[in-house]
Amino acid sequence: MREFFAMGGYALYVWGSYAVTFALLAIEVVLLLKRKRETQT
Amino acid sequence: MTTHSIKWFWYASPQTFFPLAGKIARLCAVLAGLFLVSGLYVGFFVAPTDATQGEAYRIIFIHVPAAWMSMFLYVVMAFWAAAGLALNTRLSAMMARALAPTGALFTFIALWTGAFWGKPTWGTWWVWDARLTSELILLFLYFGFMALQASIDDRRRADRAGAVLALVGVVNIPIIYYSVQWWNTLHQGASVSLTRAPSMAMTMFAGMILMTFAFWMYSIAVALTRVRCLIAEEER
Repeated sequence: MREFFAMGGYALYVWGSYAVTFALLAIEVVLLLKRKRETQT
Repeated sequence: MTTHSIKWFWYASPQTFFPLAGKIARLCAVLAGLFLVSGLYVGFFVAPTDATQGEAYRIIFIHVPAAWMSMFLYVVMAFWAAAGLALNTRLSAMMARALAPTGALFTFIALWTGAFWGKPTWGTWWVWDARLTSELILLFLYFGFMALQASIDDRRRADRAGAVLALVGVVNIPIIYYSVQWWNTLHQGASVSLTRAPSMAMTMFAGMILMTFAFWMYSIAVALTRVRCLIAEEER
């Protein structure tokens, strides 16, 4: 498990890429759903 | 004889498109989730460690699909902008506006993951080479499109101005795609093309394709949800 998260010493680069990507996608979805709710009221 | 012709223009009206867009968006959101889970599984647990890059190469499963989507979404956006310009259909212009933020997002992701891949493999976060610079210009084209749309109050004029900008910017897409052939660049050439077998392990390729479908379905779901917001905001 620890080995998996270490990514052969490239943890910063691999997880830095994935974390930012999915954080941004999540932010877009949250903002969009908020906007959608506001249009329905 | 009765002809059952498909009513192509039936859904060109925002009001009739609204419920259809909702159905497609929900379906694509579910598909995006399925492709994402399977793509991440293949990418992290099935695909082997790369012989030269070690585990760092696993960035490919978001970098390449995001870069493809950044270019593809721009072309789709420019297509709808052009359709709006030529046919004067409101929904076409709305589709262009709905696609822009997601296209910009994928462009940023491609640049960001590229930097995080470049640091361990090239030794630098950024270089001003042809591929990277033209992709950065793509990001500015998306920003320019959104800023121009936002700065003009008259909706029709804003859509026309945005369409012209989007269409002029299309010239950048082949420049990005062929930049690795036209110029001497640090960025590697295409590993995947339509004319030959991919130059990578089949499981690596599968992971990349699954993630591409995930981002594709995500883009459709998000863009159609956004176009529904635009319809709801502007048509009442």
